[in-house]
Amino acid sequence: MNLFKEAKGLLKHNIRDYGMYIALLVIMLIFTILTDGLFMSSRNISNLIDSSGYIAVLAVGVMLVIVIRHIDLSIGFLAGFLGAIAAILLVQYDMPVFLVIPIILVLGMFAGSITGFLVAKVGIPAFVATLAGWLIYRGALLQATEKSGTINVDNEAFNAIGNGYIPSIAEVGGLHLLSLLIGAVFILYYIYSTIKNRNNKIRYNFDVVSKPLFIIQLVLVSALIGYITWILAGYNGFSWTMIIILIVLIVYHFITTKTVLGRHIYAVGSNPEAAHLSGINVSKITFIVFGSMGMLSALSGILFTSRLQSATTTAGTLFELDAIAAAFVGGVSAAGGVGKVTGAVIGAVVMATLVNGMNLLGVGIASQYMIRGGVLALAVIFDVMTRKQRA
Amino acid sequence: MSEPILEMRGISKEFTGVKALSNVNFKVDQGEIHCLVGENGAGKSTLMKVLSGVYPYGEYSGDIYFDGQVQQFNKISDSVDRGIVIIYQELALFPDLSIYENIFIGNELQRKGVLDWNEAVVRSKELLNKVNLHINPETLIKEIGVGKQQLVEIAKALSKKVKLLILDEPTAALNDKDSENLLKLLRELKKQGITSIMISHKLNEVISIADKATVLRDGQTICTLDAAKGEVTEAAIIKNMVGREIEDIYPKRNHPVSPDRLLELKNWTAYDPKLGRNVAEDVNIHVNYGEIVGISGLMGAGRTELALSIFGNSKKYKLSGDLLVDGNQIQFKHTSDAIKSGIAYVTEDRKGDGLFLLQDIKNNISISNLKNLSDYGVVNDNEEIKTAEEYRQSLGIKTPSIEQKVGNLSGGNQQKVSIGKWLFVGPKLLILDEPTRGIDVGAKLEIYTVMNKLIESGMSIIMISSELGEVLGMSDRVYVMAKGEIKGELSSEEATQEKIMGLATL
Repeated sequence: MNLFKEAKGLLKHNIRDYGMYIALLVIMLIFTILTDGLFMSSRNISNLIDSSGYIAVLAVGVMLVIVIRHIDLSIGFLAGFLGAIAAILLVQYDMPVFLVIPIILVLGMFAGSITGFLVAKVGIPAFVATLAGWLIYRGALLQATEKSGTINVDNEAFNAIGNGYIPSIAEVGGLHLLSLLIGAVFILYYIYSTIKNRNNKIRYNFDVVSKPLFIIQLVLVSALIGYITWILAGYNGFSWTMIIILIVLIVYHFITTKTVLGRHIYAVGSNPEAAHLSGINVSKITFIVFGSMGMLSALSGILFTSRLQSATTTAGTLFELDAIAAAFVGGVSAAGGVGKVTGAVIGAVVMATLVNGMNLLGVGIASQYMIRGGVLALAVIFDVMTRKQRA
Repeated sequence: MSEPILEMRGISKEFTGVKALSNVNFKVDQGEIHCLVGENGAGKSTLMKVLSGVYPYGEYSGDIYFDGQVQQFNKISDSVDRGIVIIYQELALFPDLSIYENIFIGNELQRKGVLDWNEAVVRSKELLNKVNLHINPETLIKEIGVGKQQLVEIAKALSKKVKLLILDEPTAALNDKDSENLLKLLRELKKQGITSIMISHKLNEVISIADKATVLRDGQTICTLDAAKGEVTEAAIIKNMVGREIEDIYPKRNHPVSPDRLLELKNWTAYDPKLGRNVAEDVNIHVNYGEIVGISGLMGAGRTELALSIFGNSKKYKLSGDLLVDGNQIQFKHTSDAIKSGIAYVTEDRKGDGLFLLQDIKNNISISNLKNLSDYGVVNDNEEIKTAEEYRQSLGIKTPSIEQKVGNLSGGNQQKVSIGKWLFVGPKLLILDEPTRGIDVGAKLEIYTVMNKLIESGMSIIMISSELGEVLGMSDRVYVMAKGEIKGELSSEEATQEKIMGLATL
């Protein structure tokens, strides 16, 4: 009984953080029931993750941009444009993949730095500066694809990024071994780090959840990771897209929670004046965040081009708004200073889940837009309400 | 004996588990000036919010009698309709609108649904005359000083046929002259039959103006002192506020000032391109090791701007003249350069540009010196917690945990966090800008004690302050500023209130 009470209290206090996960589970459950389990099939889950990849990486980047109280509208067409450049380098210049990818990422970083320069040094509002970028990159994309129209990419290595799977090494009862191993490592690391974290808190007499509840939490999360791994291992294993999302997630999560740079980013977001007076170089941070945004846009462009196996004239259309929506569903605050990398990725997955599930159910595109809009509004309403309650 | 205009009986109010007010009784007589005093967090503002309907009927328990009737205010406009107007510490004026627009906003004069601005201007003039403010009502709010803005707020209240005027720390941001004007005005309004409640931390004002003073402590009424019976004295107020007697709120220190110069400014001029004028002009000052240097002056004298110009704001101001640290000439391109040279600046506006309110105490303390807590850019959580714990204990920050969000702390504790943040950087010179603004007596004493400890550990302090008592009580030497210039230098023996005010108004 006590345990139940504690769980309730915990839920109440962290409702904003948990709400997102609960919402995702509820949505998945509803779709699973409505589609007679088709939604939870290995094939569909694998497909869902691959189709959310290029928005998820953008959402992580734009989440940080919103945290420092700016916005970036240019990311969609920047992704489309850089994806087209990647296709041109691969097809028309026959460059190898291992050269093309770093070139595109660096180009992205460069493009992001230009935005950063305009915002941080020249002092142009980010909305206007990136709206200009939106127009420019859209034009650039049209120009790049003008002569040939859609550029088909026939490079297998490149196309594997968006469609391929990691090798399985060996199959165990029809399951892919390497994917299972990665899942297992993930679970072990999760258990190790949360226990270490908890012990640390106990050492400094901080409030921690009681032991039984902690164990339940550990088991639940481990089971969830295990279940997803098992589902994926039963189809083709982990896709390269998923590995890339995981890497972006881990790297950005680490940067935002564990490093000086991360602290400085959140400090600038929560109070730019105070950050300046604390000796933080606000324009440098702005520069870095927009640079990272550009790089992630490039990555998004690579993922999308690879997934379609071609660069199209309309690639990147509305990506920016999908990514911004995902970030808000993931709990970023428009007032700045608050937002999580995990939240942004979950937000992207929630939005992709909606699209995927509704497609399975054969919901019309008109209703789909309205339902997604409703979910976004609900998420933000929920956010505002929980914030008020706590204040 | 006059009738009570307001009686609040047995008021209790809870915020999720915390009792902000418990069974408070508060009575105000018709036509008196009643001061409400107490430490921060004692419940003064909460009580006034209950009264004005910010917390609607039903969210508190107890009864409010006003004008002889039980009142149940559901929203602020309900209390305004009954003639209760509250003027908050942070003024609620629109800087880009004119005075008359501000006075009649929300209460617009209309003729058949069309705004009648001419009438508004005429009526505004009358109202401004009543508050002794003789300026054109078409002036924009941003063009007049804080003192005059305060008067506009009162004129706005008068336009609403106010019976009971509540002022929440009206003089906190005012210089002595504007404060005096305001108090004089309150006395005049009293003659016209307007009752006032004033919340104030400035005890000398309370003593000079109050007919009665009610002291709150920890959400309870402690006592109501009556000036007619000679009960409103500093000793009585302080004793009831803190629950103990404080003999000297400026603790003594025994530390000789070193003859070595730490900082020196020569012909220092800072030009602000946004304002188009020099905010500091031809300043020559110095600070020695182990010294508290007070910088006094009126609001707008350029004290904060001088501090910011020293603290590495070369982008905001165009600087000329020499800045010497330990005898070496030096230039700061960014605040981080100043910090590296051992200078720290604790801002005047804690909430506005000092602290990260959404973040916890730990993050706020470590933010300026994360370098020392990290390897290869990765923050060492354990070291950080240890450090924050150290400062929590040594500064006496009252909080259940260093994971508490700074926004939830009281003013005094927030100030300790700001100081702790800079102590962790380990500066040689700490610039404190209005270190005790909006802080209660008990916390003030603690801040002064910390300042003395720092001096004894070999640091130096520049203290910018508008409170003359604090300048006189704490400084080894005082500079007086006016219009961006240093008007005089006084040793602690020479300095008196009169001399400082004389120089400040030069």
